[in-house]
Amino acid sequence: MRIPLSEEVVKLKPSGIRKFFDIVHEMKDAISLGVGEPDFDTPWHIRDEGIYSLEKGKTIYTSNSGLLQLRQEISKYLERKYNVSYDPTTEMLITVGGSEGIDVGLRAMLNPGDEVLIPQPSYVSYEPCTIIAGGKPVIIELKAENEFRLTEQELRDAITDKTRVLILPFPNNPTGAIMEESDLVAIAKVCVEKDIFVMSDEIYAELTYKGKHVSIASLPGMKERTILINGFSKAYAMTGWRLGYACGPKEVISQMTKIHQFCIMCAPTTSQYAAIEAIKNGDDDIAKMRDAYNQRRRFLLDAFNKMGLDCFEPYGAFYVFPCVKEFGMTSDEFATRFLEEEKVAAVPGTAFGDCGEGFLRISYAYSLDHLKIAMERLARFVEKLRKEQGR
Amino acid sequence: MREQILNVIEKNSRIDISELAVLLGYPEIDVANEIKAMEEEGIICGYHTLIDWDKTSIEKVSALIEVKVTPQRGQGFDNIAERIYKYPEVNAVYLISGGFDLLVSLEGKTLKEVSLFVSDKLHLRDRHQYFHPLCTQEIQRPRYHYRSEKS
Repeated sequence: MRIPLSEEVVKLKPSGIRKFFDIVHEMKDAISLGVGEPDFDTPWHIRDEGIYSLEKGKTIYTSNSGLLQLRQEISKYLERKYNVSYDPTTEMLITVGGSEGIDVGLRAMLNPGDEVLIPQPSYVSYEPCTIIAGGKPVIIELKAENEFRLTEQELRDAITDKTRVLILPFPNNPTGAIMEESDLVAIAKVCVEKDIFVMSDEIYAELTYKGKHVSIASLPGMKERTILINGFSKAYAMTGWRLGYACGPKEVISQMTKIHQFCIMCAPTTSQYAAIEAIKNGDDDIAKMRDAYNQRRRFLLDAFNKMGLDCFEPYGAFYVFPCVKEFGMTSDEFATRFLEEEKVAAVPGTAFGDCGEGFLRISYAYSLDHLKIAMERLARFVEKLRKEQGR
Repeated sequence: MREQILNVIEKNSRIDISELAVLLGYPEIDVANEIKAMEEEGIICGYHTLIDWDKTSIEKVSALIEVKVTPQRGQGFDNIAERIYKYPEVNAVYLISGGFDLLVSLEGKTLKEVSLFVSDKLHLRDRHQYFHPLCTQEIQRPRYHYRSEKS
């Protein structure tokens, strides 16, 4: 028998995040710092709306683009929060999570050989989605000394005449880095000058702990060259509902809608009804969760500081990205020994790109009590390694 | 800063001031001063422990009792509420809306003791008071289901 397999797909590496979790499940007393999703349940009033929609029998497809009412609410929300306005009927598509938006967006925009600039460390899907869409990923290695922000020079150095799209993943998973307005202005200038499109993945926008999140789409000349990706997973603790959205110029959105129409049909109906409630009445929930994350973030930074572990202060998402280079091991070795000897799982920075080498992603989507235990173990582990090295 | 402090210590009154300062990102001394000020102003009235007495071998019965009263001229419900509250068996008296006026939360060693309190102490004081005891463990139990982040 000949099993038909796409060579492109076979060549793709599976996500590096999972490996450690599989071990955690089997190891007794092991705890994890690895998850990339909120530890909160979806707020009850949102769940209740989902349930209510089922009771009313709202169980059929919505339009391909998603419920109009939801698109209208999203439009108001984006205007209210980020000062960027989209026409709900032509410039918006409701997707199955932010990740569908990334995939469909790249497929709608790329032709064979087109280059996509991907700053790393970053979320694991940009590279494979680019390849599947026939594009060529070009990695920009972000640096710790810039707090893992993308600089104008780094961008300029990576641009060729084949560059079509820049992926802008901020607030960033795994580093927690953000881009402030002045950082974005510099990037926007280059994009306009070099006629480059931006795919701005702002799924963590609500989880910003320094000032207010700024969307690059709100800068002059950028709305017409930006696909904004966002969703409900992180802000409202709705990962399992699988709901996101993409906004952008109607030329791109209409092509994206076509792919979405053939592959997906429409995002889950129940989730869409719940999302209307979330976006209309969820601001307080977001504020509460953000406060809780912010407390944990400060706790972790203080703990790193006390154990003398180098870490820049991240202002977004729910990750910290401490540096473990002083121990002379690779991220993978450090993470493996940490798991074996102290039974704590954290994801090696290299799961998010080669330039994550020497770093560890630690998620604070966990209760403070959980984090306290983990930090006690980390402090002990760090002490032990330093002793081994005769320090 | 006050609201942030109160939000944390309402759930965990035993937290160290130094830890609280880290969580909120303020200097320790400022947090300590603010707490002291709030204690003096009576915003923070005390630090209690939430106990599930059912899990101990100590016999205790809690009851919620609805009370209907005739308000006294010029004093509203306060006078009667205060008289009820002065009994050591009483934990709290709430002014409520609906068919009754006051909700009295009280505690006794046995159910009998609670009902004696109701008939002896409360009932005979004033002919215009009516009592509707809801003396069940079931009503009391939700108090122990403390609202957590996951709810």
